[in-house]
Amino acid sequence: MNVEVMANSVPKLLDGLALTIELVALALAIGIVIAIPIALARVSGRAWLNGPAFAYVFFFRGTPLLVQIFLIYYGLSQFETIREGPLWPILREPYWCAIIAFTLNTAAYTAEIFRGGIEGVPHGEIEAARALGMSRVLVLRRIILPRAFRLALPAYGNEIIILLKASALASTITLLDLTGVARTIIARTYMPIELFAMAGAIYLVVTFAITRAIKALEHWLSPQTRPPRPA
Amino acid sequence: MVDLQGFGTQLLLGAALTLELAFASTALGTLIGLGLASLKLSRSRLGRGLADSYTTIFRGVPELIIVLLVYFGATIVLTNVARLFGSAEPVELHPFIAGMLALGFAFGAYAAEVFRGALQALPRGQIEAARAFGMSRSLAFRRVALPQVWRFALPGLGNIFLVLLKDTSLVSVIGLEEIMRKTSIAVSYTKEPFTFYLAAAVIYLVMTIVSTIGLGAMERRANRGVRRAAR
Repeated sequence: MNVEVMANSVPKLLDGLALTIELVALALAIGIVIAIPIALARVSGRAWLNGPAFAYVFFFRGTPLLVQIFLIYYGLSQFETIREGPLWPILREPYWCAIIAFTLNTAAYTAEIFRGGIEGVPHGEIEAARALGMSRVLVLRRIILPRAFRLALPAYGNEIIILLKASALASTITLLDLTGVARTIIARTYMPIELFAMAGAIYLVVTFAITRAIKALEHWLSPQTRPPRPA
Repeated sequence: MVDLQGFGTQLLLGAALTLELAFASTALGTLIGLGLASLKLSRSRLGRGLADSYTTIFRGVPELIIVLLVYFGATIVLTNVARLFGSAEPVELHPFIAGMLALGFAFGAYAAEVFRGALQALPRGQIEAARAFGMSRSLAFRRVALPQVWRFALPGLGNIFLVLLKDTSLVSVIGLEEIMRKTSIAVSYTKEPFTFYLAAAVIYLVMTIVSTIGLGAMERRANRGVRRAAR
């Protein structure tokens, strides 16, 4: 083990970590926006909404993320209409391809997690809200989605960690994320054990921090389970 | 029909290797998982600590990093060992073995938690009864505990297997000619990335569907004779 190489690599690896977090945060944020309508389509009970939503979820959960990244980054260039089209400046950039692939992928998993959350909302609460005269949209906004989000939070925390780990695949399309930086330094120094161990340790710290943050958020969002504060 | 330009057979050969890798890693991972689960439930503090550190590390580090670390790390270690015996040739770990070890290590970390839950789900009285009949600890484990652990653990193991099946694509990064690597080779000849990566995606989807059906059948078989409340 060459400790000096490990210590010297830290600043560069942290630069890579910044890109990793940027990719994951963007994908998660856009992913939620896509996932909510898909989850609602899945529980709508209408075949023309449920069918396409199911197909989307099935494809993105049934194939490896690596295939999805390659389909977008390498695959789209096969079509001349796309190469000549207005979106080409975006679609030829590995950065945006990674974001698109991560977003579509995490949206599929998140939609299923939210579906579970929505189905877990007690029926009586929805009936009570309707009885109070709330419109369907208002019930959705005030009762169903907030409750579903709380119910889905532990599973969503797992999804954040899975996506963080999966984001290492960005390095396969030349991006210099945490894994990408480690691989570049290894190409120069040929010290794979030191660099991958260091990168792995950084991932471990981040996953640990996320686990803790989700636990804290769960606690904060469940005041009913906490003992009453002494008066 | 899509023209695969004669590469269809190659893709199927890749699929066969993918399945071999998935089954080999599952076998290794199941053994590791069972071992870790018994350590986690043991009375030894050292054993529990070791097993907990193992699962924390292998569940917190990206699978791609584990694959790369095992492959390049083992190559360096093996070459150094060979040098001790006077060989100047670099020794390389076969990508299949490296992939099987890396994915098996990761599978074991997740399987440990599944087995721990399954072992804890066993009614204590059954083991006590078996011991009272004069069965040794190991015989009671083999005849009474293990068959039921299998039944309790199967749904969880099935989920890990489906994740592992997709993670085998990572081993293409170290050059094993499974589906993804075969596909990339076909792409470099035909210049039709979308067609071929989509074909790869379809193969993974089919494998996922078949696995899901197979796992369902295994669960039904494991649960035969279990009384269910009428619905």
